[in-house]
Amino acid sequence: GEINKTDQHQYYNEWIFGLEKGSKRIAAMMATSYNAKEEDGHHSGASSHGAAGVVKSKKPDNTAFKQQRLPAWQPILTAGTVLPAFFVIGLIFIPIGIGLYVSSNNIKEFEIDYTGVDISNPCYSCAKNFSWNSTTPCVCSMNFTLEQPFESNVFMYYGLSNFYQNHRRYVKSRDDSQLNGDQSALKNPSKECEPYRTSDGLPIAPCGAIANSLFNDTLELYHIDSNNTRNTIPLVKKGIAWWTDKHVKFRNPGENLTAAFQGTNKPVNWRKPVYELDPSDPDNNGFINEDFIVWMRTAALPTFRKLYRIIQKKSNTTPTLPSGKYVLEITYNYPVLSFDGRKRMILSTISWMGGKNPFLGIAYITVGSICFFLGVVLLIIHHKYDTRSNSADIPN
Amino acid sequence: MHQHKQKPKNKEERRVRANDRDYNEKFQYASNCIMTSKYNIITFLPVNLFEQFQEVANTYFLFLLILQLIPQISSLSWFTTIVPLALVLSITAVKDATDDYFRHKSDNQVNNRQSQVLIRGLLQNEKWMNVRVGDIIKLENNQFVAADLLLLSSSEPHGLCYIETAELDGETNMKVRQSVSVTSELGDQNNLASFDGEVVCEPPNNKLDRFCGTLYWRDKKYTLTNQNMLLRGCVLRNTEACYGLVIFAGPDTKLMQNSGRTKFKRTSIDRLMNTLVLWIFGFLVCMGVILAVGNAVWEREVGSLFQSYLPWDPPVDNFLFSAFLSFWSYVIILNTVVPISLYVSVEVIRLGHSYFINWDQQMFCSQCNTAAEARTTTLNEELGQVEYIFSDKTGTLTQNIMSFNKCSINGQTYGKYTHTHTLSGRFIRLDFTPFNPLADPNFCFYDDTLLESVKVGDSHTHEFFRLLSLCHTVMSEEKSEGELVYKAQSPDEGALVTAARNFGFVFRSRTPGTITTTEIGRPVTYTLLAILDFNNIRKRMSVIVRNPEGRIRLYCKGADTVLLERLHPCNQELMNITSDHLNEYAADGLRTLALAYRDLSEDEWEAWSESHRCADKATNCREDRLAAAYEEIEQDMMLLGATAIEDKLQEGVPETIAVLSLANIKIWVLTGDKQETAVNIGYSCKMLTDNMTEVFIIRGHTVQSVRQDFRSVSLEGQEGDGTGGEGGKQLQCPPPPPSNLMDNISGEFALVINGHSLAHALEADMEMEFVSTACACKAVICCRVTPLQKAQVVELIKKHKKAVTLAIGDGANDVSMIKSAHIGVGISGQEGIQAVLASDYSFSQFRFLQRLLLVHGRWSYLRMCRFLCYFFYKNFAFTMVHFWFGFFCGFSAQTVYDQYFITLYNIVYTSLPVLAMGIFDQDVPDQRSLEYPKLYEPGQLNLLFNKREFFICIAQGIYTSVVLFFVPCAVLSDATQSTGVPLADYQTFAVTTATALVIVVSVQIALDTGFWTVFNHVFVWGSLGSYFTIMFALHSQTLFKIFPNQFHFVGSAQSTLLQPVVWLTIALATAICIVPVLAFRFLKVDLKPQLSDTVRKHTQTQRFYH
Repeated sequence: GEINKTDQHQYYNEWIFGLEKGSKRIAAMMATSYNAKEEDGHHSGASSHGAAGVVKSKKPDNTAFKQQRLPAWQPILTAGTVLPAFFVIGLIFIPIGIGLYVSSNNIKEFEIDYTGVDISNPCYSCAKNFSWNSTTPCVCSMNFTLEQPFESNVFMYYGLSNFYQNHRRYVKSRDDSQLNGDQSALKNPSKECEPYRTSDGLPIAPCGAIANSLFNDTLELYHIDSNNTRNTIPLVKKGIAWWTDKHVKFRNPGENLTAAFQGTNKPVNWRKPVYELDPSDPDNNGFINEDFIVWMRTAALPTFRKLYRIIQKKSNTTPTLPSGKYVLEITYNYPVLSFDGRKRMILSTISWMGGKNPFLGIAYITVGSICFFLGVVLLIIHHKYDTRSNSADIPN
Repeated sequence: MHQHKQKPKNKEERRVRANDRDYNEKFQYASNCIMTSKYNIITFLPVNLFEQFQEVANTYFLFLLILQLIPQISSLSWFTTIVPLALVLSITAVKDATDDYFRHKSDNQVNNRQSQVLIRGLLQNEKWMNVRVGDIIKLENNQFVAADLLLLSSSEPHGLCYIETAELDGETNMKVRQSVSVTSELGDQNNLASFDGEVVCEPPNNKLDRFCGTLYWRDKKYTLTNQNMLLRGCVLRNTEACYGLVIFAGPDTKLMQNSGRTKFKRTSIDRLMNTLVLWIFGFLVCMGVILAVGNAVWEREVGSLFQSYLPWDPPVDNFLFSAFLSFWSYVIILNTVVPISLYVSVEVIRLGHSYFINWDQQMFCSQCNTAAEARTTTLNEELGQVEYIFSDKTGTLTQNIMSFNKCSINGQTYGKYTHTHTLSGRFIRLDFTPFNPLADPNFCFYDDTLLESVKVGDSHTHEFFRLLSLCHTVMSEEKSEGELVYKAQSPDEGALVTAARNFGFVFRSRTPGTITTTEIGRPVTYTLLAILDFNNIRKRMSVIVRNPEGRIRLYCKGADTVLLERLHPCNQELMNITSDHLNEYAADGLRTLALAYRDLSEDEWEAWSESHRCADKATNCREDRLAAAYEEIEQDMMLLGATAIEDKLQEGVPETIAVLSLANIKIWVLTGDKQETAVNIGYSCKMLTDNMTEVFIIRGHTVQSVRQDFRSVSLEGQEGDGTGGEGGKQLQCPPPPPSNLMDNISGEFALVINGHSLAHALEADMEMEFVSTACACKAVICCRVTPLQKAQVVELIKKHKKAVTLAIGDGANDVSMIKSAHIGVGISGQEGIQAVLASDYSFSQFRFLQRLLLVHGRWSYLRMCRFLCYFFYKNFAFTMVHFWFGFFCGFSAQTVYDQYFITLYNIVYTSLPVLAMGIFDQDVPDQRSLEYPKLYEPGQLNLLFNKREFFICIAQGIYTSVVLFFVPCAVLSDATQSTGVPLADYQTFAVTTATALVIVVSVQIALDTGFWTVFNHVFVWGSLGSYFTIMFALHSQTLFKIFPNQFHFVGSAQSTLLQPVVWLTIALATAICIVPVLAFRFLKVDLKPQLSDTVRKHTQTQRFYH
């Protein structure tokens, strides 16, 4: 196909070019022959060479571009440039790696699995007896001990495993127009939301599989002090979502939520409609509910964690979470056992580079060391084998 | 293509009746309107799209587009495919439209030319396109012939007219055409208007030099030949006016019939590329199958359980169906391994290289005002891989400017010195003017004994020059009294006639029946009885003239081999002496001709004249019968002597040949000259040297003797094994069983083979022997070869050596060779433009070949290879990330990147830097590649891009994709923003991976680019800049607010790229991708430097010190 076409073009170009060239030449010839006629009254057998004076020189322009003599930087891989580069990379990466490793190690992190797979797990019965229709929530408590105090702000995450939030059909099953408060999309959600687009003839708000599978366990944390009393640890639920999500991407369809969501239905898995997600804070309802927003930001991998609550540091003197005994009270609403999923609760402090992340530090140290090592090896090889450093002798 | 709408019912013959439009219309002959354009405004879009979708690649992408419209399969938005496809289609469409526009313009211009048509006895101006078959049209001097005409009458005597056929066959000399005598008498318009002859002739064909037809008029038959025809494209010269009958019009004319499509040539890289694209298709299917199997397993083990949160799409009821859909989904998202922009980019690069060739000042010849021209834009990189050059000699290695140098008259040789000797200036150039006022002042001759011999009236000498002044087809023009200009078909003829002119036998003018000369001041008019024309088979021409005294004599000149056989036996002694002289001349590298005459009695002439006329009138086998008739009379001739013409070598030929052979290019000279001449030229252009171990000459006439010759060559070659000092390059001939002896010879050999031996050597049973022997030799000269043999030799090497061949020539006899070689180069020189029209590249000097190959070819190859390597690499690095992600997203064909990134990656973010590299890259400066011809070798051995290199690129691409997926994966899975928000969300991951990818491929192109011009800087930095700009724009609130459903990634760029961890991840991934490449390349340059590396380094140090 392509080939034949090029072929044709070529032929046409040739043909046209030939014609043009021909007519130009003829014109030149005629010009000379007429001149000759005027001069001596004879026919002139003008030849193409005779027209040289008339024809403009076809000499190509002497520009750096056309003659391929553009000034250019021509880097070469020499020992003088490559080896220092290796050492420099090594010298930069190793300290960064050490820094990352140290700060990652300073981060306190605690993780507890509350899925209830084992019979020994307090949530076992909740997990086993889960039913979508039950009206009374199942509550279970997990006791745990923090060996070390958690200074500064502590972030509380829930983690899910084997949960495919990155599945193509899952990812696309949402309507961003609806979530942005668009009225028409609210009443007529995108087809992408199927099969969670309508229920009982009414459009679902928020529609789609992501919204439908909203994580709805409630986690509460109590500190058991020396008197064995349970002190509720205050959990802040604001500031857990991206700023752009909270303020740009997710918008409610109106001020009065109940009225705005009139004529829509709640997602089938939900117990409450979207405008009653947070009974404690009227501003945290509808599509701009932060827990909802956090859930809607789908995870890249099947094992993920999402920010649940923040435990603010109270004073400079006492740690946010002192070491000791704690109780995690779970309102177990979210079944994962059916697909072999796992649920975790994670407590973590944060440094300048985020949460605990030993991989990055180790990777930096490794890569830096390898670079340095490579530099040394290459240096040795270069000195040992390279006798042609003076390239005066070029074989020909 | 021309539209052959008209289907003449009668295929065997064509009938045309003059001045009878009604009669001719019955046959529905083509009108004189030509249409080379393909489209008009309405048909452009459908026809062009239809043509474009005939290309496999485009159809493939259309197919993908359709797949994407199926919601269950669609893994990408429709625009990710349609935008690149539309871009590619529209670039091609614009190019097609421009081409067609110019075609329309030229068609219109040609169709609207005016011509004078005789309608009902009146001359009327008509446009060309309205001229019909059967019309009589009037042509005036210097007008183009509008259609193929039968010449009826002319203003000149005898119904003669002169035409120039440069447009048609490239020959610039004038040709004579003569009308049939009965019509030439018609004369004026009134007679012509009543002319109602009917022509019956052959159907349209493309043979320019043949026409067969009969004119029926007033119950008589007249034979028509090409001599009576004026073909479209010719120009009327030196003739005031003439009338012609339109026989063929428009698309039926010989000009249009000849402009058929040329055989398309493809480069080996093209073929490799197509193979690789097929492999990639295969690879794509494999990936699809693997992922589909994965999908089946996942849906069965996990997906079916996960249905409470993510139910299957309605039509899917089991995991197998899901896997089937997933296969197609993956075909869609992995389609970017088959790069849609590859072919367009390759075309753009080649076009750029072609322009560089056209623009090269150092390939511009100021004498002839011709710049080099890349007539084909698709072969450039193959110029960097040439292994065999087949060169014509005359006009290619030599200037084809002939000078009469020596002659032998009646056993006496004159003219002792060839051109080279005269440079010292010891010899005085003869001054002819006192003796002969008509002499050509530019003529040089250095032996005054010859002039003396003319002056004293030596009869042999006089007869010798008389022959030269009579026996030729030169046309003369006398601008003013005594100022003669000769127009010769071949420079040899011109030189001989000019020699005769200076020695007092001046050819003045000719008519069809007479030749007028001035013999030592005395005007003589000879009656020209017959011209027995020259052709390649006869290798001689004769004229039969009657002198004023009434004596009839045949003068013949021709190649010595044919002429000496036809002499009267009494010439034996003279023949021996003359043969010696001929051999001497040939050994000096001169072109020789022997001259002879024969006296004919009136009876002999009459008898022969009758048989000749019979042969001439014959309708079938006319040529053969004519040849037989000629043969009959050219017998028993008396030898007069021989001439020797020098054809000077072109400037720089020996140097060019030396450089090219240092570049390991084998040069074969294929010439029609005789062996001695060819060998001599071989020595003077340093193809053959005295250092050569042996020059084998094969000139056997029979199969056995040729075979014997080859055998002995093989044996000697083996003996020569020990003597050859330097280790010859190992020969890569696939050794045929009997003659693998030739493989281990070393030392330098040369082979000279004669045309008749070559005919045997080219036969199927001996060709292997010939190829292996010839390829073992450093230089091969084939002499006395026919145009067909030239092409056969080229085909033979193409077939057996799988090497890239280049044929270079200047004449019509080289056209077949130029067309059959991988690359054809035409020298625009003395012999018209036929070779140039058939060629892929053209320039005016042989020496430009070294620049074309060693500089442009080498660079083109290098650039194309680097381009392809990088192109495949970047697409694999980009696409394979999806594959790895498949294992983590349930094989659901979820893409890793934002759909806009996928759309723009190939066409915006990474296209220009690699194009800039493909167009501008240089590893060593141009002078260096001429200084070190060995730099050419990697191209010949195909080292820079082959299957192995391809796999390395692919492997590197896959490695990069692994790093680009798993490093962010490992880092981000646990990482959080400094606000505590996890970084492992899909959008952050997508932005991180995409940014890392763009940075890694940019660093990689920076490593690959060896020549950073301002364009490279602008494109590399510009691409990076455009990536960030476009990403921030696409992730901006403004766009989201307008189309909330299209721009899901709002805010991702800002929030991701503000995180130090993300940048640390990108830096880490870049280091892991690039460091091994850097180390590997450094080791390669340091331990096993290629010559180009060394030269490059050397050049830099020099620049540094100076």
